[in-house]
Amino acid sequence: MSTATGQRASPWAAASSLAQRVGSVALFIAVWQIAADAVHSRLLPSASAVFVVLARECVHGPLLFNLGITLARVAAAFIVAMALGTAIGIVMGRSRTIDALFDSWLVLLLNLPALVIIVLAYVWFGLTEAAAIGAVAVNKIPNTAVTLREGARALDRSYSDMAASFHVGRWRTLRHVIMPQLYPYIFAAARSGLALVWKIVLIVELLGRSNGVGFQIQLYFQQFDVTRILAYSIAFMLVIQLIEWAIFQPLERRAARWRQ
Amino acid sequence: MAPVTPALVADIREKRYARARGGKSHVALAGLSLKVAAGEFVALVGPSGCGKTTFLNIVAGLDRNFDGDFQLAPRADGGPAQVGYVFQEPRLLPWRTVHENIALVLPPHRAAAVVEDMLKAVGLAAARDLYPPQLSVGMSRRVAIARAFAIEPDLLLMDEPFVSLDHDSVEQLRDLLLGLWHARPTTVLFVTHDMREALVLADRLVLLSGPPGHVVADVPVSLARNLRHSGAEIERLREEILRRHRELIGAAAAAAPVE
Repeated sequence: MSTATGQRASPWAAASSLAQRVGSVALFIAVWQIAADAVHSRLLPSASAVFVVLARECVHGPLLFNLGITLARVAAAFIVAMALGTAIGIVMGRSRTIDALFDSWLVLLLNLPALVIIVLAYVWFGLTEAAAIGAVAVNKIPNTAVTLREGARALDRSYSDMAASFHVGRWRTLRHVIMPQLYPYIFAAARSGLALVWKIVLIVELLGRSNGVGFQIQLYFQQFDVTRILAYSIAFMLVIQLIEWAIFQPLERRAARWRQ
Repeated sequence: MAPVTPALVADIREKRYARARGGKSHVALAGLSLKVAAGEFVALVGPSGCGKTTFLNIVAGLDRNFDGDFQLAPRADGGPAQVGYVFQEPRLLPWRTVHENIALVLPPHRAAAVVEDMLKAVGLAAARDLYPPQLSVGMSRRVAIARAFAIEPDLLLMDEPFVSLDHDSVEQLRDLLLGLWHARPTTVLFVTHDMREALVLADRLVLLSGPPGHVVADVPVSLARNLRHSGAEIERLREEILRRHRELIGAAAAAAPVE
């Protein structure tokens, strides 16, 4: 059967794409190592030096603690932004009136620099955790809303009519009829959302928090400790990539099962 | 026979579609009155564009923007009538399995048993875990029919459910439909442009013309169903109807099936 051969073929494809990826990363590290050896400056530490520091910071330093703090902020801001952005997007996609009323707000928010939102949040609500997370979420909400608005506009009326004629309740219609049509849009928003949110969380930490990866990077910036700056960045990039592999990709495959 | 409460009484004075641009509106139905007895199999026959689907959507409660009214007899237990709808395209959710598609329209506590029953009844027990894109056109239509019967409808609406199928599949599905209907009696409103199909299936033909759609003739079919397999007999009935209702000839010619 076609599904069986599909499943048999995919591990090979996955293995070959994994090999390409590993090769690409190895090449990058090699170029970095050679360049650092050639320049021989404290401002461009070698790859090996960075990884040694990374390992040491993991075991003895505050890296894991700060990583945890930052991840918690990323998670909170991400969840708030996805939930509100999705709800706003769906409502705007379904109602012409609300869309006409708030479309300009969305455009305004989309064009407001992240830094301005952060500074205003801290000025108005103080240097608090809620202000920090809220500022990050507000940066992401318009993005999510715009993507989900497209999804809501593309909903197929014939399925909703089917559900209505059979008196499928509101909740079940949302879960089985509406949401599956929105999943591709939600995944697109989540992907770009995670990338945006973690970068902005670092700025928020740098400007108004006393812990987290962003705060540490500011500290090492003042000390011109490039090795630690790179060690922290790499640790964080690895975690974000892990989230993509371990959470997003399996979820997306699950949602797309029926397309095979 | 003692008068029975009709399963459906409809009196659509007018259904008008507003045109977004140009300001012109289109009248789809005008003065369409229909009474369907409980347990009756009625075929609505008319050329495409005469408002048959519009009428079904009104009765299904999907379109409330019309002038007129209709009533469905309540269930024996006093609850509101259940309406099953087999659309022109199967309208199965492609991201749910066959089993989940039927379970969706049922109350969760009795879904499992009913779904198994219905899948067996339409000969698709083995397909329960397939996704609709993996089904053939004929199989998809069986699932759509199973879904409509699963809710034990008081009124079953069918909108040209056998279009775009080959001749043999249509015959099979007609037999399947009649078999299901005998085992699970219900009132059927079956829309088709094919008078031969209507004569094979229905107790009564309601001939529509339009636009705007209205009833031009109401013809009972007295021939026993087991005698309707003969093409010659169906052809004779069809010609008789056309002879008695000469005004239909134009419409019938326009709707003649290409076979």
